[in-house]
Amino acid sequence: MSHEHVSNTKRIWTVFGYLSVITIVEVFFGILKPEFLHMNSLLGLTLLNWIFIILTLVKAYFIVYAFMHMEGEKATLRNAVILPLIFLVIYLIFILLTEGNYVYEVFKNSTIKWNF
Amino acid sequence: MKTVTTANSAEKTWGGGDNQPMGASYGKLMMWFFIVSDALTFSGFLAAYGFSRFKFIETWPLADEVFTHVPFMHGVSAPMYYVAFMTFILIFSSVTMVLAVDAGHQLKKDKVAIYLFLTIIGGLIFVGSQAWEWKNFIKGEYGAVETKGGSLLQFVDKEGKRVALAEFAATLPSEREQLTRNKGDWFVEEAALPTYTVAEVQAGFKSHPDLLVRTETINAEKQKTILSREESELRLTQASLVVEGANLTRNEYGSKLFADFFFFITGFHGFHVFSGVVINCIIFFNVILGTYEKRRSYEMVEKVGLYWHFVDLVWVFVFTVFYLV
Repeated sequence: MSHEHVSNTKRIWTVFGYLSVITIVEVFFGILKPEFLHMNSLLGLTLLNWIFIILTLVKAYFIVYAFMHMEGEKATLRNAVILPLIFLVIYLIFILLTEGNYVYEVFKNSTIKWNF
Repeated sequence: MKTVTTANSAEKTWGGGDNQPMGASYGKLMMWFFIVSDALTFSGFLAAYGFSRFKFIETWPLADEVFTHVPFMHGVSAPMYYVAFMTFILIFSSVTMVLAVDAGHQLKKDKVAIYLFLTIIGGLIFVGSQAWEWKNFIKGEYGAVETKGGSLLQFVDKEGKRVALAEFAATLPSEREQLTRNKGDWFVEEAALPTYTVAEVQAGFKSHPDLLVRTETINAEKQKTILSREESELRLTQASLVVEGANLTRNEYGSKLFADFFFFITGFHGFHVFSGVVINCIIFFNVILGTYEKRRSYEMVEKVGLYWHFVDLVWVFVFTVFYLV
């Protein structure tokens, strides 16, 4: 291959440490559900869920960049894989959740009822 | 350009030549293509789950009430622990996989084989755990009653603790018989009958004055609403079906779509893990046979490694969406 590889064992175990700690923190919050985080929300999402989503994205970053070795790839490959995904997924989630919420409000506020 | 071909590149029939756009070999680039499209597929599923959840945001089941089982601890309600264990297994198998890739770069055949073997074991433990999780989900624990309008009623005692149908349902003489194939007129049969009839549940509820009905609606404290005794009795008169466990039509946990999405998304992910284990096995035997040693390149391990990490990546999101958020 084109470039000489050096052993990355140390980096791998460090990343494993990060991933484990993040998972433990997630489970900890998931079981305890601290009142303050669970009941207060920011931009329509509870603080607890914000924490979960951010920690998940951090985990995803480590898996892709360290384990899938994205950090060693060329910038063109990195951008070609990651940018379309980020754009399309955000777009998809935005549009589907908005629509889901709209349907919810139609059921809630009009005479149509699904549950009686 | 030099016209000399080395023995190495001539052997690579599927190598795609020496032209490497984006600095990645043909095989790795194609794996990235696949991963991007598969990631979008999973995003579609998870976003659809989000859509349905937002649609029924007030009545969606609470995950920590559904997934509460831990092996060898029957009757102990322990949410999250088991699924956290599964997550660790998968992360750890990702680590052994990346160690195998790392050993491959240094052409250490034995190390690659050992790490790949550990990865396969991790994958098998994960798929097995998933099967066990499904078993509990399908079997159910408490049972519930569905009303004519399609909403679900669960039963709790005065402290709000869930009560199983078996603990209070009365036994009434019943003529109702399971229609099996040998009794049918024309090869007809029906699904297994629930353990109790609606009348038995209603009678049992009447004779246990401390029982209450819990509806699907989530209240301001983010708990399911518990009705008063009078309201409970009124709601129970509308009961039409006894629901035990889960299938694709209805489930005892709440919203019907919840079980559908659970089966579909975790099933599709589990299928990915299973395929990953099979592919890892093939590569493992190739390593042992020395195929990559002869090639002086362990790039195949790297490619299946990408796939395996992707499966781990998907699980990270499934874990968050189904169990945490």
